[in-house]
Parts: sequence; C-alpha cells; structure tokens
Amino acid sequence: MIRALSITRSIHDWLYSSMSENMAYFIEMVLIAIVYLAIFAVAGLFLVLIERRVAAWFQLRIGPNRVGFQGLLQTMADALKLLSKELTGTEKADKFLYNLAPYFVIITALMALAVIPFTQDFQAFDINIGILFLIAISSIGVIGILLGGWSSNNKFALIGAMRSGVQTISYELSIGLSLLTMILITGSLQLSEIVEVQKSGWLIVQGHIPAIIAFMIYMIAGTAETNRAPFDMAEAESELGAGFHTEYSGMKFAYFFLAEFINMFIIAAIATTVFFGAWLSPFGITESIPILGVFWFLAKAMVLVFLMMWFRWTFPRLRVDQLLTLEWKYLLPLNLMNIVIMALIVWLNLTIQF
Amino acid sequence: MSYFSDIYKGIKTLLTGMSVTGKYFLTSRKGAITQQYPDNRATLKMFDRFRGEVIMPHDEENRHRCTGCQKCEIACPNGTIEIIWDRGIDEETGKKKKKIDKFVYHLSMCTMCGLCIDVCPTDAIEWGQNFENSVYDRTALTRVLNKPGSKLMPGVED
Repeated sequence: MIRALSITRSIHDWLYSSMSENMAYFIEMVLIAIVYLAIFAVAGLFLVLIERRVAAWFQLRIGPNRVGFQGLLQTMADALKLLSKELTGTEKADKFLYNLAPYFVIITALMALAVIPFTQDFQAFDINIGILFLIAISSIGVIGILLGGWSSNNKFALIGAMRSGVQTISYELSIGLSLLTMILITGSLQLSEIVEVQKSGWLIVQGHIPAIIAFMIYMIAGTAETNRAPFDMAEAESELGAGFHTEYSGMKFAYFFLAEFINMFIIAAIATTVFFGAWLSPFGITESIPILGVFWFLAKAMVLVFLMMWFRWTFPRLRVDQLLTLEWKYLLPLNLMNIVIMALIVWLNLTIQF
Repeated sequence: MSYFSDIYKGIKTLLTGMSVTGKYFLTSRKGAITQQYPDNRATLKMFDRFRGEVIMPHDEENRHRCTGCQKCEIACPNGTIEIIWDRGIDEETGKKKKKIDKFVYHLSMCTMCGLCIDVCPTDAIEWGQNFENSVYDRTALTRVLNKPGSKLMPGVED
C-alpha cells in the first residue's frame, strides 16, 4: 500500500528489522503523516505568497517584498501572527460544530493530497478508485464550510455557507463528468495507471478536441469548487463580510485559508495528473531520472495554479442565478455531449498516440 | 441557434479580458505604480496638482508678486493666512503705497481648500508639492512665506 522512493525504502527496511511488524507499520504511518503535514503547511504558505505576488503584478503593484528575500518569509510571519491571536467566537454559537468545522476542511484537503502521484513511487496511497476517491473527498470539504457557516450563528456566515453548498453541489457534476470523459481513454480510475497510459502521449493530446473541451470545463468547475473568484460567492467580501468564516479568528481562520489554497493546488494537481501526464516529462527527456518527476509535476501544477489566479484577478464575480445558469444550461449539456464524442473517438480508435 | 454563438462570444470576451490582464502582468515590473516611499525619498516627485502646502515663489532677485491686497486673507475660511502690512514709499513714483511686511501662513490650520490661490489676482501664491510636514513643535508650522528683504516684482500691479 505504501510505496516509496529508494530513500524511504531503506527507512522502511530498517524499521521492519528493528521492531515488531505492527509497531513498524504504525511508526511508518506516523512518519508519512508528518511528511504530508509538512508538505501541506509549506505548500499552503508558499501558495498564499505566490497568490499575493501574482495579484500585485496583475494590478501593477509590487506586492509583499520586505520580509526576507523578495518577501519569502511574509506568509511565515503572517502564520505566526495568526497563531498568537485569540480564538474568538460568537455567544450563541454551536461550540462543538464551530470548533469542528475547520478540521473537516483541512482533513479532507490532506486526504486528497495523499492520493496524488508526485512522482514515480512518491504516492502515499495508490488505490484502484483514485479519481473517484478524489472527487468524493473534495466534496466532503463543503461540509466543513456548511458547518462553519451554520454553527457560527451569523447571518452573513449562513448565507455564505448556503451559497457554497449550492455552488459545490452543482459544480461537482461538471468535475465528475469532465474527468469521466478522460477515463473513457484510460479505462482505469487508478492514478498510477492513468499516468502509465500517458506514456504514449499526454491525455490532452491523445484525446485532442473533446479532451481540450473537457479540460476547459474542468478548469471552470474546479475554480468554482474551490470557491475562488469569479465564483467566490461563499466569501464575497463586498457583500458578506468574509462569508462562512466571518466569525473565525486566529488559527481556525488560518486553517480555512490554508485549506482553500491547498484545494486550489489539489484541483491543479488532478488536472495535471489526468490531462498533462502527471510527473512524465515532455517527450520523455528526463525519463531516466525519476526524482525529476517531482519537478515536472510541480511545474505543471504551478502553471495551472497560475491560470486559476489569472481567472481570479480578471473576471468579476457572478450572481447566484448566473452561476447556476452557467452550470446547468451550459457546462452540463456540453459535458454530456462531450462524453458521447469522446466515446465515439475511443470506439473508432481516433485517439492520437505516439 | 443563439446557444452556440453565446458560448463562442462568452469564451471570446473572457479571453479578451485575460489578454488585458496578461499584458498588465507582463509589464508590471516596469510600470508598477507602487512608490516604496522612504526608500525613494531622493527621487520621489509628487504630481503637479498635489496640494502639499501654500508657497510663495520668489525670483532670483528675491522678488515676489504679492501686492498685499489681502483677498486671500478674506477668502480663507479658517483664518490660516494673516497679512501684516505697512505703508512704504514707492521708489519709482515717490508716493506712499501699501506693501506686505509679513505673509504669515499657519499650516496647522490649513485645510488645503485652495480658495486663497483661486482668489489671488496676481498669482503670488501657489501649491507646493512638499508633503513631509510633520514637526515636533507646532510653532514650526507657522510660516512666513515672503523671504526677508524681499520686494514686490515691478509690473505686477499694472
């Protein structure tokens, strides 16, 4: 179940030789959890910094560049500040659910991170229903948002949470269907298998026209799924204060904030895996060095993250009715049509393969 | 069939918007409007219309354009300007004539409304672009705008 690089392989062997099997298994689990928590924290902080710099550049500003070289320590300082802040709450809040909500959001984000194939053998949990698992997990995150909005006993938070519910439930369909379009080519839900198929050309090349349409739909729906502008009605700072996390402060707010950015990364990572060949290098130029897969994976994911930031700082926010029109009248029918086209292409062997 | 043309138009307009912001993104290094203030103190120049303080320009022979008509003093809504004037003998005509002794300007009371500058018939006062006006003692904010020993520029009153 737990596959690892050669370094981790030696740690694995050492653990199993020095203690009982159950103990070693448990310690290994803990180690991997710590590694992924570290990835989570570092990636979250790094993405927040990138977002701020990119936003500044889009708006002809400079952005944070004072704390550390080019502002690299800015988000670290922000996180420390949030850690030291008081955790406040409303008087009549449902305390249990209120405290539970942020953990729902980050735990789902972390669980999704576990399935993503960063490079060959660098994947904590390679299950045979990978994509299904990712879709399922990423929809559980919305429960955290709903709970947070509901339990904080605040009108704005409740409105934000309900909007988020409407949005996520509608756009999950598009995410699922656009990924399903690609699964017609791969014939497998397992992420390592999907990467294996792409060794004869990335899926966006293999599936050509319907794959590009599926990718566009996926990016739109993915942006909506992460509650980012132009679909940020769950937060909508100009209408709702801060939406579902209005009443959260300190580290609990930071959890929501980090989870939002990690979700963005996860959406980009799924797109990288399914459309752009995950850790495979373009034309197989670094195929002999598997560790460089991490670089290729992150580079592709970062390009997609940048695309989502580009959306955010270009487009104005949609109204709720426009949002639902976009999903139910445009994306969904197009998606269904696209699946039929893709099925035909796969059936007639019209895919492009090298 | 407006359904598909709507989709086409939608995508086209979205891409137009993205190309605009994309251009901004690429040129932001050169065209950033952010002023990193204390660092660029030496090179920072405020724009012409900036209202920092009222100044009275003098030419190189230490002459100003103020005739002492006191219109600015009357126009000022909060008594920022005080003109202390005197009668002196005009060198050309030999007649007695009004002239300013001190043009006192209280920056601490000024709201930068600009009425004094609008009303001045001889354009003797104008806006300065200096904005670093903080001092430790408020008496430093009371300024005498005409320099010591300055005279009226000839030809202003004609």
